[in-house]
Amino acid sequence: MNDWRYWLRERRGSLLAFMFFFVMFAVYVSNHPAGLTANVVQTAANKGVLLALVAMAQTFVVVTAGIDLSVGMVLVLSNCLASWIVVGSPAMVGVGVLVVVLTGLMCGAINGAIVIYGRLQPIVSTIATGAIYFGVALALRPVPGGDVDTALADALTGRVVGLVPASLVALAAVVFMIWVPYRRSSIGRAAYAVGSSESAAYMSGVPIKAAKFVAYLLSGLVASLGGLFLSFITTSGEASVAIGGSYTLYSIAAVVLGGVSLFGGSGSAIGAIFGALMFRTIGDLLFVFDLDPLWQPLFQGAVLLAAVCIGSARLFQIRNRLDLFE
Amino acid sequence: MTTRAGALWQKVDPAAATAFGCIILLLLLGSLYSSSFLSPEYLLQQLKVASFLGVIATGMMLVILLGQIDLSVPWVVAVGGMMSTAATGWGPLGVAFAIPFGVLCGVALGFVNGFGVAYLRIPSMIITLAVNAVARGLMVVHTGGFSPQDASSTAMRVLATGHFLYVVPNALLVWAAVGAMTMFLLSRTTFGRAIYGIGNRERAAYLSGVRTQRVVLFTFAITGGLSAFGGVLLAGYASKAAQAMGDAYLLPSIAAVVLGGASILGGRGNYIGTVAGVILITLLQSILSVAQIQEAGRQVIYGVVIIGMLLLYGRERLAR
Repeated sequence: MNDWRYWLRERRGSLLAFMFFFVMFAVYVSNHPAGLTANVVQTAANKGVLLALVAMAQTFVVVTAGIDLSVGMVLVLSNCLASWIVVGSPAMVGVGVLVVVLTGLMCGAINGAIVIYGRLQPIVSTIATGAIYFGVALALRPVPGGDVDTALADALTGRVVGLVPASLVALAAVVFMIWVPYRRSSIGRAAYAVGSSESAAYMSGVPIKAAKFVAYLLSGLVASLGGLFLSFITTSGEASVAIGGSYTLYSIAAVVLGGVSLFGGSGSAIGAIFGALMFRTIGDLLFVFDLDPLWQPLFQGAVLLAAVCIGSARLFQIRNRLDLFE
Repeated sequence: MTTRAGALWQKVDPAAATAFGCIILLLLLGSLYSSSFLSPEYLLQQLKVASFLGVIATGMMLVILLGQIDLSVPWVVAVGGMMSTAATGWGPLGVAFAIPFGVLCGVALGFVNGFGVAYLRIPSMIITLAVNAVARGLMVVHTGGFSPQDASSTAMRVLATGHFLYVVPNALLVWAAVGAMTMFLLSRTTFGRAIYGIGNRERAAYLSGVRTQRVVLFTFAITGGLSAFGGVLLAGYASKAAQAMGDAYLLPSIAAVVLGGASILGGRGNYIGTVAGVILITLLQSILSVAQIQEAGRQVIYGVVIIGMLLLYGRERLAR
């Protein structure tokens, strides 16, 4: 009888993110001079999917009440690596993609090992590993350049049957191949348990270490997919602190906009994806309203500030003042 | 006699001691490479460079003691530098009040952070991120729309690059003053003790009669002011302010505080440790660049050293 309430409550953040995104995107498209054409959607999708992948990577770790401040650097490292090896004959491209993904997994494994077995705080240790990954990326690409396979790049950034952006299909594939099985597996459930209360999870015999390790592993994997996708969009590699840093920060913003709690234990990658798409749309809205581009960063910042303040509406529900200090 | 030595030994923070040990080790390693690493000129120069990071890390330490974090450092630093240089362009009165004006702009942004964290109960990582974005937006509009002056005033330059009695860099004295005030604040005032209390458990601090929300609000304001002051000094050092001037200070300031033995979860840490962390990071950066290691290698070594040092003494106790 009351099942749907729980269902709704669990997905409230994701649904809100979806609704906000939908409204924003509708406003964006209806004010766009070209209207709702396949081209407009394709451009928006390509930019959005890139951030959505990074936000998804962040979600895995945030759900376990950790944080991965190296996602942006894993993205940059994968991008630089891809600009060397995802090129040539189809077989070489295939091997290249595999190597990039394995590199992402390795980055995740290093993060996980340091946080779990080294018992260091995730904030600091992922800052440090991020510096290491960036150093490697810089060694690979001291100056921007390189090349990726154009056929694959065009296929993934183009359109399927002339209408649907291929990037959205790719994102859906990632969600259904990684997120959905993970969420339904016992290790995925363990990740939520760890995020809700680590000591309670431990007492219940949940494999805490394995759950956290897999979360970091998958975070590295999905971040490297983001790096691959960045290479397909730019068809070159660039090791830039600015790119890595801003993607890390945007991923946190997207995760929060998508209703994933930074305290862990609630939220989903689906919400984070819509949070990312929403964040991207905020930036694009200004263009269609024909405002001075000078005001874009301020507008984006103000919307972000307003969005995070909305979350504090829950304070009105608090009956006991002590509950403020959880 | 032995008991006194024992008591003294117990007072020594193992983290700070390890960090200072690593500083000496770094200097010895450097002196193998070149004897100039032990010269007073080099050391004073390093302390001068360290004082910019030191001022910024002081602010970072205060919020970390609360169990929070301030990710708005990059653009608050830039706001401090850019607004003080802009004020310099507003005539004699502007020149006179350039430094306090820059710092006050940072305090204002810090109040926004603090209000969000203390009263709206937004996680600090999020609200400071948003304030960082707003500060960036404000500065983009400010530079693009008003094309303000970006050259720093004489006072700022003297403060950052001048020397007291031809020997001691003024910047170092500034850091020493900021540090002394912070140590006083943290160990000798109720406000400082409340910071530690809140960092340990805000609920308990509240029940003990501490006005925790107000303490958090003002701590973030102080942090904003210190970040902006760091920006003022940096603008004086480079004799001009630039948009990305604060980007290189966020992660090193967090790393310095944590290397100094403060817990990122709050409630634990002392200022001596932060001083050690700041000097350690500055020396590491300097030695790596003097040894002519490429930027790529420097980043890798930098990361490995931070992880390695934290594994030495920053590990959490095994729970349960």
